[in-house]
Formats: sequence, C-alpha cells, structure tokens
Amino acid sequence: MPEFEPIVGRYFTMNVAGEACRVYMEEAGRGIPLVCLHTAGADGRQYRHLMGDSAVTAHYRVIAFDLPWHGKSNPPVGWRDREYRLTTDLYIETVRAFCRAMALERPVVMGCSMGGRVVLHLALNHPDEFRAVIALEGADRLEPYYDLDWLHRPDVHGGEVSAAFVSGQIAPQSPDEHRWETLWMYMQGGPGIFKGDLYFYWYDGHFDDRSPRIDTTRCPVYLLSGEYDSSCTPERTEATASRIKGAKATVMPGIGHFPMSENPALFRKYIVPVLEEIRG
Amino acid sequence: MTPRVDQIRERVNARDALVRRGRYVSLAFLLGVGDQEYVVTIEHGRVTSVEPRRLATSTGRFTIRAAKPAWEEFWKPVPRRDHHDLWSMLAAGIAKIDGDLLPLIQNLQYFKDVLAAPRDA
Repeated sequence: MPEFEPIVGRYFTMNVAGEACRVYMEEAGRGIPLVCLHTAGADGRQYRHLMGDSAVTAHYRVIAFDLPWHGKSNPPVGWRDREYRLTTDLYIETVRAFCRAMALERPVVMGCSMGGRVVLHLALNHPDEFRAVIALEGADRLEPYYDLDWLHRPDVHGGEVSAAFVSGQIAPQSPDEHRWETLWMYMQGGPGIFKGDLYFYWYDGHFDDRSPRIDTTRCPVYLLSGEYDSSCTPERTEATASRIKGAKATVMPGIGHFPMSENPALFRKYIVPVLEEIRG
Repeated sequence: MTPRVDQIRERVNARDALVRRGRYVSLAFLLGVGDQEYVVTIEHGRVTSVEPRRLATSTGRFTIRAAKPAWEEFWKPVPRRDHHDLWSMLAAGIAKIDGDLLPLIQNLQYFKDVLAAPRDA
C-alpha cells in the first residue's frame, strides 16, 4: 500500500441561496472544526500543508472546501448563461451553508485574501456562530490597481494571466517548489472565475465603515499578513486592526499573499501559536 | 548603458525555457530607467538587442518605466517589498506602464522574467 496522506476528500450537494451546489471538501484531523477558505481564483488545495501538520490536526479538524465554480466543486446548473460574480451576501451565505450542512458547532474560520475579507464579515454579522476568525491577508478596505477585464477575454489565456498577475504576490524568499504549485492552481481556474472573485475582493466587500462594530469579545479576530503582500499590505492590515477593537494583528516577514501554500514551513511558526491561543 | 540593463540580452538568451515561453513574442518595447530609455527588441522569445533610444521615432509597443533606484533594488537578489516584481511596483506606484498592453499581458510572466533576468540568484 502507498503511504497515504492524512487528507480525505468527499463531495456533497448543499443548498446556497436557493440553488443546489455540488461541492468538494477535504479534511484531516480531529477536534475543534477549523474551516479554511481559499483565495480568489484558487481552491482548497492551498491548505494541504496545514492538513498534513500533526501539531495542528492533533487538536483541530481542518476542513477546506472549494467554493462553487472553483476546484472540484461544480458551478450551479445553468452556469453557461451566467456571468460569475461573487458578492458579499452570496459569499457569507455559502460559508454558513457549508457549516450548517456539515453540522459544525462554532467552528473557527480561517480565510486568505478574499477569504480573509469574508471572515471579518462573518465576525461582524454572525459572531455567535464562530469560535474565532482568522484573516490571512485580509483587510476591510483595498484599492484595485489593474483592470479586471484583462482576466477574461479570448485573446489572453485566463489561467496564465491570473497566475502571472499574482506571481508577484509571492515573497522572493518562498521556495520555488511551493511558489509554482501555488501558481499552478491559478492556471487551472475556470474562465472568468478569478475576475468574478475579485469583484467581491475589490469592489463589493469594503466595509471599513462597519468593521469597528465587530465585537471581538463575542468572536475573537486574528489578522496575519505577509510582508510582501502588495494588495493587502501590512499597512492595510494594521489599519484594519486599528478599527477593530481587540483584534490581534501580525505582520509575517518574508511571506507574501499566500502564506499557507507559498511557504508552509514559515507560516506554521505564525499560525500554530494562534491556534493554540484559540483553543485555550 | 545602465549596469544590469546590459545583461538582459545575454541572460535571457541563455535560458532556453524562458526563450521557449516567449516563442510567440516578436516586438520591441521601451524600458525606462530614470531618464534613460532603452529599446528592447525580441524575436521569437530571444532578445536580439537592447539599445539606448537615440531617435524620437524609435519606440516600442509598450513602455515600462521606473526610477533608477527602483530598478537597482528590483535587481538585487532579494529585493525589498514593493520592488520585487513589476506588478508589485505598479501597485505601489513605483513603476508605470503605457502603450499597447495586450502583448505584455498575453505574455506577462515572460516579460516579468525578462525584466528580472539580470537579477543574481
């Protein structure tokens, strides 16, 4: 028999905003549920290293699922005639639908990039449903710096350009093996999906006017961002933390926008203590 | 010629995999290093020349510009944040691009790697 990894994956169909969505999820470990949300245009494979880390899985049931339209999750029936566009409400509802379907009791939710944004919305709107939220590369306000139309047009390869856009979001110190695996996932995204996710990330998800209302006594908030992240910069992370009373922010030197997948060995030095603090 | 710029041609052409990735690229672009501009000419992924811009009519499909200190930082083995990648330089307002961006975007990782070719490992 081969030496199997501890990660096990399954499919199921859940209802999101009135639509049946067949989703793929994978998990490893036992204990406190830790739901992991991937970045825009990618999928749950980004968390494979965390799922293989026995220091984490000894205490946490680490679960990652691919959002509908991403990875091995299907787009809804009828997708052919729709333009994919992720909104704040749909994203929040999708994560809650997943947690309900899995019967998870007050999970910790950790998301990266757009996932780091939505966990803050969860902490604001549904604080009692979550034990804590961890925003990796997450902020309550960001500024776009390129035209999203480049990401989905017939004369540009969507996968290659998505990867090329985000390649600079990986720190120069990150190992090549992990850099190119991270970018491979971007090259595999469906047409227009990264663009549709960035609609949420850059245009629909701003809430710096409401983030000060997050009550961290009901739902603790942790923010961790990489030094080399050029969208959710350390400055934007710290600005977000300054607006959320009780939020704990950490800047991770030598890491970029994809800490869990671009440099898992370095990332664990930052995330393991946070997970230990959460479980108390 | 600006140090490092003079290495682009040799460094790119020595990397077969990079030349292969750029095999559909045949054009000239302008590289601005402070006030100095260079015409970088590419044929099928190979850099055939990097010349200072001598005539007002010598131009390229697109232009990539940044201040000289920004490029000097960019070409260091481990650049500071905001200087480590063309797109990060754009996000930080350190670099500017103009002109017909389509061939740049179509081959973005290739051009990023061409620019970074003088960087020592």
